[in-house]
Order: sequence, then C-alpha cells, then structure tokens
Amino acid sequence: MTTFDIELLVLLPILLPLSFAILMLFAWKNLQFQRIINVVAGSTGFIVAIILFSTIYVNGIQVVAIGGWKVPFGIVLVADNFSAIMILMSGLMGFAVAFYSIVTVDTANEQHFYYPLLQILLMGVNGAFLTGDMFNLYVWFEVMLISSFVLLALGGKQEQLEGAVKYVTLNLVSSMIFLSAVGILYGMTGTLNMADLAVKVKLVENQGLVTVVAMMFLVSFGIKSAVFPLFSWLPASYHTPPVAVSALFAGLLTKVGVYTMYRVFTLIFDINNEFIGTVILIIAGFTMVTGVLGAAAQNDFRRILSFHIVSQVGYMVMALGLMTAFSFAAGIFYIVYHIVTKTNLFFISGIVERIKGTYNLDTLGGLFKKYPSVSLLFLISAFTLSGIPPFAGFWAKFTVALAGFRIEQYLIVGVSLFVGLLTLYSMTKIWNYAFWQDEKQESEVEREFYKISINRKYLLYSPSIFMTVVILLLSFFAGSAFDFAVLTGEQLANPQYYINAVLGVR
Amino acid sequence: MTLLLAIVTGILFTAGFYLVLRRSLVKVIFGLMFLGHAANLLIFNIGRLTKGAPAFILEGNQTAVEPYAEPIPQALILTAIVIGFGVQAFAIVLFKKAYQMIGSDDINSLKSTDRIA
Amino acid sequence: MKSIILQTATRYLLPMLLLFSFFLLFRGHNSPGGGFVGGLVASAAYALYSIAFGVEEAKKLLRIEPVYLIATGLMLALFSGMIAFFSFDTFMTAKWSDLNFPLFGKLGTPLLFDLGVYIVVIGITLKILFTISEEVKP
Repeated sequence: MTTFDIELLVLLPILLPLSFAILMLFAWKNLQFQRIINVVAGSTGFIVAIILFSTIYVNGIQVVAIGGWKVPFGIVLVADNFSAIMILMSGLMGFAVAFYSIVTVDTANEQHFYYPLLQILLMGVNGAFLTGDMFNLYVWFEVMLISSFVLLALGGKQEQLEGAVKYVTLNLVSSMIFLSAVGILYGMTGTLNMADLAVKVKLVENQGLVTVVAMMFLVSFGIKSAVFPLFSWLPASYHTPPVAVSALFAGLLTKVGVYTMYRVFTLIFDINNEFIGTVILIIAGFTMVTGVLGAAAQNDFRRILSFHIVSQVGYMVMALGLMTAFSFAAGIFYIVYHIVTKTNLFFISGIVERIKGTYNLDTLGGLFKKYPSVSLLFLISAFTLSGIPPFAGFWAKFTVALAGFRIEQYLIVGVSLFVGLLTLYSMTKIWNYAFWQDEKQESEVEREFYKISINRKYLLYSPSIFMTVVILLLSFFAGSAFDFAVLTGEQLANPQYYINAVLGVR
Repeated sequence: MTLLLAIVTGILFTAGFYLVLRRSLVKVIFGLMFLGHAANLLIFNIGRLTKGAPAFILEGNQTAVEPYAEPIPQALILTAIVIGFGVQAFAIVLFKKAYQMIGSDDINSLKSTDRIA
Repeated sequence: MKSIILQTATRYLLPMLLLFSFFLLFRGHNSPGGGFVGGLVASAAYALYSIAFGVEEAKKLLRIEPVYLIATGLMLALFSGMIAFFSFDTFMTAKWSDLNFPLFGKLGTPLLFDLGVYIVVIGITLKILFTISEEVKP
C-alpha cells in the first residue's frame, strides 16, 4: 500500500458514515432505501475497520495531517493500536446495530432521521477515537453528543424526555469543563496537538496548574464515562430510548469517555504521578461498588444492565489507575470484552421485550421453557459478564486483578473481586425471574409475536447470535487477543512511540 | 482589561453553576448558556489580548508583524460558539417539550426515571 | 401579528439581506465574513419574512424542504475536501485555480467549502425555526 492509500484508509471511518448520512438525508422520505443504505454502511464500515486494524498491526502507528498543514500546527489524525482496536469495535457495533434496528425501531422513529443520526453518531465516535488534537476531540465529542441527544429523545415519551433533560444538562456541563481545560492547556503550552502537548506539558513551570487541568479533564471525562459520583445521568436515561439505541449507547458512548481518559492520562499527563493514580483508583473503587449495588436494587431488565455499565466502567478506570503497562493491557481487553457483552445483553433484553412486551422482571417469566435458544444466548452473555471461566469476562477480570496484585494494591483488587460476586447475583436475578420462573399468563403481545414471519424473527435474533459468536471467539482465543492488548499496553505506557510517530512527520 | 475579563469570566462561571443547580428548567438553560459564554471568554482571555491588531497577515507581507492578535483562540471560540448555538437550540426545544409534557417547570417533578419499577 | 409597515419593509429588505449575505460569503476567505455569518444573515432574512407573513408563507417562499438544503450543503463541503484526493493530496488540502475573477478574487476549494457551510446554516436555522414555531399554535 502506498502512503496515500493508508491516509485514505485512516480517513474512511470518518468519511464513510458522513457520506452515507448525506445520501440518506437526500432520501429522507424513503425508509426502505434508508434501511438498505444503513446495512450497506454498517457492513462497509466493519470491513474498513478490519482492514485498518490489520494495516496498523502490520505497519505501526499511522499519522495523517489534515489539509497538508505541517505538524503540530494543523489537525492530525493518529491511528495507533488503541485507536485501531476502538475503531474495530465501533465498526462491529455499527454492523450489528444496523441489522438490529430494522426490526426493533418503530416507523415513527425511523421517519425522524433515525438512520442518518446513527451514522453521524458513528462518525463522531470514530473521529474521537482517531483524532490527535485536543480541540478537535472537543468537536468530535459534540458531534457525538448532539446526535445522541436526538436519538435518546426519539419518540418523545415522558420518561425519555426526563432522562434526556438529565443527560443533556450533565453532558453539556462536562463539555464546558472540557473546553475550559483545553483553553487553559493552550494558554500554558501554546499547542493543541496531543503529542506536542505531551512534550511541552512537562516543561511548564507551574506544575500545580497542570495538576488542576488534569483534574478538570478527569471530571469532564468522568461525567462522560459515568464514574462515581458523576454517573447519575446514565441509569436515568439509558433504559428509555428504543432498545437499538440503548445497545449502541451502552456499548460505545461511555467507552469513548474511558478511551479519552486512557489517552489523556497516559500521553499528556505524567503516568508516574502518584496523586492522579490514587485519585483514579479511589474513584474506580466507589464506581464499581455503587454501580453493582444500584443494579441489585433494580427490578427492570434494562435498568439492571444500565447500572452494570457503571460498575464495569469502574474496572476499566481501575486498570488505568494502576498505571502499569500490564494493567493498561488488561484494561483494553476489558473494554473490548465489555463492549461486545453489554451490547449483546441489551440486544437480548430487546428480544425479550419483543416477545413479552415488557422489561419488568415481575411480569416476565417462562422464557426458558418456550425459547431455549434465547435463554442460551442470555446465559452465555450473563456468564461472561459475571466472569465465569472459560468465558472472556473471566480472563478480563483475572488480568485486571493480576495487574493489581503485581503492584500490591490488594484493597482495590479485593473490592473488584467482591463486586464480581455481586454481578453474578444480579445476573442470577434476571435469570430466575425472566427465564426460570413459571409463566404467569400469556400476554397479548406474545400472541402478536407468534404471527411475525420467520424471516423477521431470524432478523431479530441474528445480531445477538453474531455477537455471541464474537464473545465465544474472544473467550477461546483470549490468548491471542490478549497478546495484542499487551502490545497496545506497551504503546500506551511508553508515550514516546506515539510522540515520535506524530512529530516525526515534520 | 485582562483583569476585568478575568473577573467577568469568574462571575459567568459562578452564575452558570449556580443556575444549573436551581430547580427551574428555564434557569438550568440559562445556566448552560452562561457556562458556554464563560468558557469562550476564558479562551479569549487566555490567548493574551492584543489591542487594535488584526489576527491575519497584512497585504504585501509574508509573515505576521508584531504586534498581532493570536488567531488560534479566535478560531477556537468561533467553533465553540457555533457548536454552542446548535446544542443550546436543541436544549431549548427539549426542555420546552419536557415542560409541556410534565406540566411543571420544577426539576423535582422529573422523577419517573428514578422510581424502582 | 400582521403589520403593514413590517410587511412592506420586509418585501424590500429580504432581497437586500440575501444580497448582503452573498457579499459576506464571497469576501469570507480574504476579509472578515464567511459562510457561517452569511448563512445566518440569509436565514435571518427568512426569519424576518416568517415574522411578517407567517411561517406558512415563509415555507412557500423557500419552496424547498430545509432537510435537502442541509444535505446539499454537507455534500458540497465534503466534496470540497475530497477534491484534493484527485491530486493524491491529504483530505481538505486547499486547491486554488489560477483564474482571477473581478468580484471573487481567486476561486478555490475553500470557497466551495464556505458555500456548503452557508447552505447548511440556512437549512439548519430554518429547520429549527420551522420546528419551534409549528408547535406554537395558540
């Protein structure tokens, strides 16, 4: 491949969704066309992500200077191992959600620009993963946020609007803190390029102010990734939108916050800073515990899952707080496994809702008898989430705990193991109530479900089956996946690789 | 001038956070707007103020001549203003919809998502 | 609200404002101005018209659904960035033609990008305006 080809390849995850979104806007009245284009967009996005991933694996970090401006003056896109993994995950999500949306999203919502917004959201997420410029990151955040605002409020039911009000307010406050922090950082160093910042932040005389800015970033990304005590918007909103949107948000959006946290705290701010590491570890511990306790109290399929996102984000942040190359690797593996598993659980909750017409555990029941295949799909994901060997979740939790043991942080490891146990408890709760207990009575919705054609049923199940296959692959080939995560962790722990790749372009 | 702008920024941040914490939906929107302005003003001030000098290269010159205003903060603010415009327009429509549906301006009545079913 | 003074004034102001918005758009890459400001002025012209004559009349005057404007503008902006691909340059590298026009100065891809922004801004502002005012039915 020539340099031009690789540059084009790095740009495609951003350009493709935009082009498809424009195409859909031109045909905004023709829903059938939009559905087909959306599937095409999801598939090509996935293929491009795979090619990008393999290219980065072979050729190393790739840098594109937009508009031909010299680094570090213009905006750069940087695809290193971590970005490539995240792009791959967003491609995977775009692919699965494209199929899942066809059956689960109402026509009324589809008419309100559901598909174009989905593509714009993916563009924002991909842009945030690829960019190597602080202010550009802010712009991608906003692209992602504004389309997520609309997706969240699609349909306009009361609980959706209430959830959206909380989501919008907290995320806007977070954006403003982020923007101010970027401004102060620029005032101190005179640059916005992340690699250049990494060099110049260390030369700033007033290191106290640098720590203040670091904390501003922590608060801002903390809100976006829903850590304690800033997570309250997540359980208030994630269970309200159409389930395809829930699944996409659960898989991708909070992980964008986690990704930027990893990026900023490994690259720009000194990773050997005791203070930052300790603060992050304390936050991580509280996040894990509150999330899982919140889930234990809930009685609604999607709300339990929403609270679990909070608790699982705690593990990822914990891996960051441990601040070793091995813990970064564990954290990355954790992010990958969590995206796949959580999305699949939301997919299954949507299938259950389609069958029974409710998410409430008290009225559900008897699913195991009638739909053993759906139950099997749920069981695999639930085991994975709660960390039962030999599934991927076990390897993820095991490596995170191992990373803690290696640097003798026993307290946080103890907390994480205890939280794992509670996770198993609430997964058992869903299993007992929704699948295991006897059916109370056949609902009206279920009789409707019998009438759905077999093809549409397969369309409903197929994304979940696909995700389950990915989970199984990730479980049984955890070794090879983790090898790659170790490479990525090395790259994050030694920011010199990134800095050389970006500033060497000159 | 820098001191004055710094004080104004401080006031805007204070007022913004105070209003966001109020119980009225309208006040929350105003708070969000104040926060946006505060952040923009902060960036503007941090770029070091230069009086009466443009932020671009004058005709006939190859490089900018001292004194010149720094262009980057201005570009950042312009972008942030445009984004803020879109986001706030959406927030206003959303809050209005929420107000119409709930029939109350009080944030304490937005409870249906917190109840355990 | 129907005011004869406003209606008469608007009839004359609308073309003037639209001309002014074009002026802002075309001088944008050399002097203060540009697609965003121009677009805002143009949509302000339509907003004024909708205040004077009502939203329905403004929609009739626009003739085209704002969504198509958004799509067209985005497409122009995207295309202006992709022109650089034809000469194997990075995305969004500015390409200038050597032709010098009396009014616009040099023509180049940044102008095309600005034109895209101009159209997107009009589309989005009018979409917001029409959406908000549609619901206010006393």
